[in-house]
Amino acid sequence: MEAYKIGVIGDTESVIGFLAVGFSVFTVTSAEEAARELARRAKENYAILFLTENFAKDIPDAIAVYKDLPLPAVITIPGRGGSLGYGLANIKRSVERAVGADILFKE
Amino acid sequence: MAEIQVNPTRMEMKKLQGRLATARRGHKLLKDKRDELMKQFLDIVRANKELRESVEARLAAVHDSMSLAAALSSRKMLEEALILPKREGVLEVSSQNRMSVEVPVFRFTLPENGAAGCNYGFAFTSGELDDAVVSLSALLPDLVRLAELEKTAQMLAEEIEKTRRRVNALEYIMIPRYQSGIRSIKMKLDENERGNAVRLMKVKDMALAREREAARRRQA
Repeated sequence: MEAYKIGVIGDTESVIGFLAVGFSVFTVTSAEEAARELARRAKENYAILFLTENFAKDIPDAIAVYKDLPLPAVITIPGRGGSLGYGLANIKRSVERAVGADILFKE
Repeated sequence: MAEIQVNPTRMEMKKLQGRLATARRGHKLLKDKRDELMKQFLDIVRANKELRESVEARLAAVHDSMSLAAALSSRKMLEEALILPKREGVLEVSSQNRMSVEVPVFRFTLPENGAAGCNYGFAFTSGELDDAVVSLSALLPDLVRLAELEKTAQMLAEEIEKTRRRVNALEYIMIPRYQSGIRSIKMKLDENERGNAVRLMKVKDMALAREREAARRRQA
């Protein structure tokens, strides 16, 4: 079994803590930079790439590329500004994609 | 709907009937597959949603203590404390076959060292940083689990979409097309049959008429 790594991409304040727990941290300052970093790291042996929501929401296309590939898993996490609900919206989207209608989040 | 152009022969009809049977069988199988995928997908996505909500809440707490730590010590010191000595976590990835979809399974191991996962001296850092790091460490397994669930959900969603398209294509395009092809061949064959019968009757009439004519001439 090959050893993979976990990467975190985001603004400094949001991701610096992950250094302490053994993730590789890539600090970026803009969504474009985040997309570039994502593309570069996806080619390396990163199995999971966490991406902060504040950048993720601006580059859905760059993320969608990895959606149907087994690796890497690109997962959005809330940044320091708190959750934007982007991650949950993503789950909702995959439900809609599979079922054709949103049956999980309807209130 | 586009009809398929076929030669109206018994051979073609047999062929189409075979294809229709295969299409029906495939349709049933795919439909079962879709239903089972859907069942698993819904379980996963529900777990995914719950886990994400709890992870996001806890991550917000981590961010809060991190902000506090950042406020209490200089940015430089914070980075220094966290960067050295760097621990590399190792992630093992295996894959699991879920309804013929290969989904990844993650297992993350972090080399243990030192006090409660803190790999920096306590002299120059604040307690808030310790809090943040400790709670983040506690959050790790769930983060990795979240990644696994979310990836699985995405891949299953894709597979369901594909399967549903196939089911619909079979149900609404292929099967009706074969059926109409078979029907049109059958009608054509029946028509030929009738035409043949009529022709035979006509020929018989003509032969009888000729015979009668010949008999009358002999009498005359």
